[in-house]
Amino acid sequence: MTILGPVLIAVFYGIIIFLAVNDSIGQETENILVYDQSKVVEGKLFNDDMLTFDYASDWSKKDEDSLTFGKYTGRLFIPDSFNLYHPSGVIYESEKSLSVEGKQRINRRIANAVEEQKMAELGVSESAMDSLKTSVSLQALTLDEDGKSKSSSTELNTFIGMGASFVIYFFIFLYGVQVMKGVIEEKTNRIVEVIVSSVKPFQLMMGKVFGLALVGLTQIVIWLLFSVILVGIISVLFIGDNMGSIMEMAQSGQTVPVEQLDALGINSMMMNMVSGFMALNWPFIIVAFIVYFLGGYLMYSALFAAVGAAVDAETDTQQFMLPITLPLVFSIALSTSVVMRDPNGVLSFWLSIIPLTSPIVMMVRAPFINLATQWWEVALSISLLVGTFCFTIWLAGKIYRTGILMYGKKATYKELFKWLFYKP
Amino acid sequence: MAFLEVNNVTKGYEGHLAIKDLNFSIPKGSIYGLLGPNGAGKTTLIRIINQITAADTGEVMIDGERLNPSHIARIGYLPEERGLYKKMKVLEQIVYFGRLKDLSKSEAEKRALYWLEKFDLLAWKYKKVEELSKGMAQKVQFILTVLHEPELIILDEPFSGFDPVNTELIKNEIKNLRDKGATIIFSTHRMESVEEICDFVGMINLSQKVLEGSISDVRNSFKKNEYQVLFRGELNGIPFEPKSVKREERLALNKAVFVIEPDKAKDLITALNAQVEIASFSEELPSIKDIFIQKVEEGKNG
Repeated sequence: MTILGPVLIAVFYGIIIFLAVNDSIGQETENILVYDQSKVVEGKLFNDDMLTFDYASDWSKKDEDSLTFGKYTGRLFIPDSFNLYHPSGVIYESEKSLSVEGKQRINRRIANAVEEQKMAELGVSESAMDSLKTSVSLQALTLDEDGKSKSSSTELNTFIGMGASFVIYFFIFLYGVQVMKGVIEEKTNRIVEVIVSSVKPFQLMMGKVFGLALVGLTQIVIWLLFSVILVGIISVLFIGDNMGSIMEMAQSGQTVPVEQLDALGINSMMMNMVSGFMALNWPFIIVAFIVYFLGGYLMYSALFAAVGAAVDAETDTQQFMLPITLPLVFSIALSTSVVMRDPNGVLSFWLSIIPLTSPIVMMVRAPFINLATQWWEVALSISLLVGTFCFTIWLAGKIYRTGILMYGKKATYKELFKWLFYKP
Repeated sequence: MAFLEVNNVTKGYEGHLAIKDLNFSIPKGSIYGLLGPNGAGKTTLIRIINQITAADTGEVMIDGERLNPSHIARIGYLPEERGLYKKMKVLEQIVYFGRLKDLSKSEAEKRALYWLEKFDLLAWKYKKVEELSKGMAQKVQFILTVLHEPELIILDEPFSGFDPVNTELIKNEIKNLRDKGATIIFSTHRMESVEEICDFVGMINLSQKVLEGSISDVRNSFKKNEYQVLFRGELNGIPFEPKSVKREERLALNKAVFVIEPDKAKDLITALNAQVEIASFSEELPSIKDIFIQKVEEGKNG
């Protein structure tokens, strides 16, 4: 599973991304019948394999049921009032509702046709239009404590931040649930009675938590090694001959003028990525990853252990799982929206400090953090996390100690609260 | 000399008292039967001795010392609810539990193999526990319990799940362990086994002690001075009135039960001898089962 894991995930994501990018897969051509009273776009709408337009001139037939012959997906009415400067009043009718994408596509085609005619009227030629289009390439630099600038790649940072936080999210779930299952197994097959006559319940619980932590870490290390090897292979394959010069330039940390890159035939965005890659504070990111994984895992798995001790069977765990998984899901959801867009904003800052959400959110922020100036944020976040997992472990210990030998008691929150005060 | 002493131990669980003011004394090197109806408090007492829970008041002394963590390695416990890690291999699991009780890995392994051979389970040493039959798994659990040669062994319903052959096997092992010097507490509902192997008994009912003593003392204290005679012939005009007389077809004999003072027994024998052919004459001591039931009834009415 350790080896198969990354491969499977890569394949899945590959499929997802591929399908997302190639949205035309598996779609049939849509034919639309256009009744253009205004005659503005008649014959001028762009046709391709996704969308084609046919034009009807006989208005009297517009109420006939041409749709049921299956030839047309829908029909477009363009009223007489439609013109280049007031392109409104267009109606689309179909049996099946129009999707967002479909609507956009039709809109664009009509808009293009209108724009082309406008340009013609204004006397703007097509080549003039083309030369207007610009794409600006922006190189992002971060300043370190000496005021020197290091290049960083925003896309790469985001990717690594999200990737790392997602791995932590996934692993906390995976191993946390295993802790819970182990506890339930020991409870249901009564082996806990024998063990507890030899060791204290707390030792048993912590042994399980630590054991699985090590398993998780081992898996992470193996995946990291795997990824490094993979990245190495990919870079050799795609960058090839230019490898040496790219690495040199990246390591020098200096910005390289675009012309020089072009001369070498190197894509400037690729260059950005590589230098961004090199510029990332890797020691910090890797250490943060391990620290936050351990901290988050210890915090959550203690809670999972407590849940396992409180119930008699796996089916009863549902009611307790929800409050535990909520903060985790919440963190991921916010990461993909708010935090990703503004890693150093106010909300992101607070989410990376609050222990329940920090393991995930801080990792999203990690590539964007300038250790020199923001070290105190990290220190605060970690100390709160440590304090919290000590607390959850203590809490779980009490619940575990009482719960593992208690059978048949309906586990409610009120009951669990009482267990906190039971004497051993 | 007592190996285990329970002094005025009380333990309650939110609202109800599991055991109240218990006093027990378990002599060293004996097999002690701990009896009681379901819910009497036996398991609670056992858990306290095993330091799984703690008493509210009172104390437990082992070999003269107050109960403390160092005793864990000297006690072996076989709980009523059997449980082993299903996916773990037999030998591995025995060694694991041995190590939990402070044995070294090699020592645990050596002893494990000795016991596995004794119980004819060597062929299964590398199999997962889930592949064993229930009886075999229970033998494994028994091995786990005694592997570290504990001075005090607590067995809760050790024979449940065993066929008669295995029951005998375990009974003999228990006696062997006692002969080697261990003290054994044996909690069960199987009264016949109590009579067969226990030296002493103690009984808990409704959270309190109701009985304690050696088997013979206890039985004697409950005796009703009943004497049973198996004979051939007719009882005519002997100066003793039998409590009951009936024919035992299976033995082809007549049976009469007399209730008399012990010192009159000789006279009864003389009188019977004159009249009938005595096949057997014995004092009927109540069985442990009868005593148990009697005590529980008393508890209900008391």
